[in-house]
Amino acid sequence: MNAILNQTLLAEPALKGLEVFQNFAQHTPYLKDAQQKLTRKIVPSLEEAVRRAGLKDGMTISFHHAFREGDKTINNVVQLLADMGFRNLTLASSSLLSCNAPLIEHIRNGVVTRIYTSGMRGKLAEAISNGLMENPVHIHSHGGRVHLIQSGELKIDVAFLGVSACDEFGNANGVSGKSRCGSLGYAKVDAQFADKVILLTEEFVSFPNTPASISQDQVDYIVKVEQVGDPSKISVGAARVTSNPRELMIARYAADVIEHSGYFKNGFSLQTGSGASSTAATRFLEHRMRKADIKAAFALGGITGGIVDLHRKGLIEKLIDTQSFDADAADSLRESPNHIEVSTNEYANPSSKGTYCDRVDVVILSALEIDLDFNVNVITGSDGVMRGASGGHSDVAAAANLSIVVAPLIRSRIPTVVKHVTTVVTPGECVGVLVTDHGIAVNPNRPDVAERLKAAGLPVMTIQELYARSVSISGEPAPIEFLDRIVGVIRYRDGSVIDVVRQVKP
Amino acid sequence: MKLRRSMLFLPGANAAMLSTAFVYKADSIMFDLEDAVSLREKDAARLLVYHALQNPAYADIETVVRINPLNTPFGLLDLEAAVRAGVDIVRLPKTDTPDDVRELETQVERIERECGREVGSTKLMAAIESASGVINALAIATASKRMVGIALAGFDYVMDMQTERGDGTELFYARCAVLHAARMAGIDAFDVVYSDVNNEEGFLKEVDLIRRLGFNGKSLINPRQIELLHNAYAPTEEDVDYAQRVIAAAEKAEREGLGVIALNGKMIDAPIVNHARRVLQKAEASGVRQ
Repeated sequence: MNAILNQTLLAEPALKGLEVFQNFAQHTPYLKDAQQKLTRKIVPSLEEAVRRAGLKDGMTISFHHAFREGDKTINNVVQLLADMGFRNLTLASSSLLSCNAPLIEHIRNGVVTRIYTSGMRGKLAEAISNGLMENPVHIHSHGGRVHLIQSGELKIDVAFLGVSACDEFGNANGVSGKSRCGSLGYAKVDAQFADKVILLTEEFVSFPNTPASISQDQVDYIVKVEQVGDPSKISVGAARVTSNPRELMIARYAADVIEHSGYFKNGFSLQTGSGASSTAATRFLEHRMRKADIKAAFALGGITGGIVDLHRKGLIEKLIDTQSFDADAADSLRESPNHIEVSTNEYANPSSKGTYCDRVDVVILSALEIDLDFNVNVITGSDGVMRGASGGHSDVAAAANLSIVVAPLIRSRIPTVVKHVTTVVTPGECVGVLVTDHGIAVNPNRPDVAERLKAAGLPVMTIQELYARSVSISGEPAPIEFLDRIVGVIRYRDGSVIDVVRQVKP
Repeated sequence: MKLRRSMLFLPGANAAMLSTAFVYKADSIMFDLEDAVSLREKDAARLLVYHALQNPAYADIETVVRINPLNTPFGLLDLEAAVRAGVDIVRLPKTDTPDDVRELETQVERIERECGREVGSTKLMAAIESASGVINALAIATASKRMVGIALAGFDYVMDMQTERGDGTELFYARCAVLHAARMAGIDAFDVVYSDVNNEEGFLKEVDLIRRLGFNGKSLINPRQIELLHNAYAPTEEDVDYAQRVIAAAEKAEREGLGVIALNGKMIDAPIVNHARRVLQKAEASGVRQ
């Protein structure tokens, strides 16, 4: 029968090239084996999964950083790839942190030769700032990463995605199993766009594991590993909870600014970025919201325990979560039907068909430096070394109705308000208000906000006055000395280059 | 009348704290050269505080320096530095008798003359830290016209009394004695520090007690306690409403040349008007109680 049908197809020009049916399992041979049908994606070792995925020298591998400082996946996978002899790989992690210092060795040995990341910290950042890599690192925002992937510049060949649990088909989320990181907002993008997706899971749970953040139809291989991450280390570093009186004071001012910003109305929306003062601002919002009988429609982020608390108390109706900053957030994502996980594409990609950040009224963001034009640096420290992350900073600053930057005027002896930032990550035109421990400055492009804050009796000064004050206390720091060589390229969320980072002079 | 609810302690040798503490808006800032400074840092602390006192950042804040006792090698050096740098108030620790205050006053006056500072412009405070200090509280409070307040210091006091810090029972007599002395002398009274900074509930409980007793305020060891204290001392909205009506009635009586002030048919006398002024002053400083 097949031979006749084949002749027929060949004879009819319009049907030439079509394949003749063989049997029901011609292309799905696993359907003939009841066991294989269920477990065909499960691979006994990561090494085997890498082989089956067809990874080759020069390809691009990707990771998510939802476990932040507790991540165990990135270092382990790259170590294995090094042991397997891979070279010249492009590492595209949604971000890198202090815990990724072991990568230095693999960069030195040529295993990793290009990096795309939102940021980096610790020894790795220090080594790269000192010229470890031949090719400059591309620093992108969270939304900008998706844009780079969609535009084709960043083509992910194999994504290695660590999850706490999945079923044997690969339905995975960050709210089941032991090491729950909460939202898999970053990983969802990699799962969608990577050629091959390898899930590293700590445990298997029964099918179907719903809700599936990463869906079975996106997953090629699954490997069971000892540990993908330690969730207790998510909320250290930039995502810590503070008891520092100065950070709390700045947070309280930030809450005052929100209250009198003009956007503090029933149904408003907010986001608090990482950084101690930013996340702490939520704890000062509660009584302001109760007093004025105001409820927020949603909070976006970067969800913290503080935001969850307001949600549980009914003061924020919905939480839109692209990254869970602590165990409270992860638990809430599992339990609350109004705590919703979104990908970074839905969160902040400027070329997406619709992002949540476009709907944010007020966002609180941090800064390492801010200059007289309100440009913000969240990447390079006062020594010129990279020690931060672009994150969603430029995304939400651009899209929100009002961006509030919080920072102490002086850190130890180093001024935060400067003439020119070392590195521009977020352009000043997107920053509305700067809140410091010494006073509040409003961007001249927001006279409406300045007027409201002054009327409320808040300590509004010009940014020049804040700058003069910081210089009067700390003096003018000597300029950082750089070499010519470029070690980092700051990509704005639309893919354009907004600044470069040069190698620090040793 | 100067509002003195919060007196923030700063260890004099801590340069980082000295460079930022003025942002916290305590009613008074007290640079400590005594117990919070180790022996080997006494000179460094004195120098740091000397410079901090002259920084414009502290121009609008009432400054206090706790010197070492005058019978130590550091006391007089501390005093010279503080008075010459323009401190508002010198706080004498471990004050047992009125003579301690008089001796201090003599030295302050000498230094004021020597450095050309207006005589009498340096105010004094005494910390009561022993049984004899408590018994002599009134004599101490009235020992000098420069005195603006007395403070109870709990740690040394309970040691002297052979007891320990507890629910406040152990301080009950001392608190009442210091408070009565202050009121008779017409000066301010400050309660002890609350050292468990992470225990907000315990702190607020103690603040509630001392506020109801009548203390002007409290010595604080962490800036986080300032806002809590100010809020606890802030009047309620009803208090403010009533105070505004009292002041309005008083002003009306004054305009109309009436000797007797009446509000809602009730007679109001001068202490009630004064109290109303204090209520409005506190509301002005930190709003109504949240």
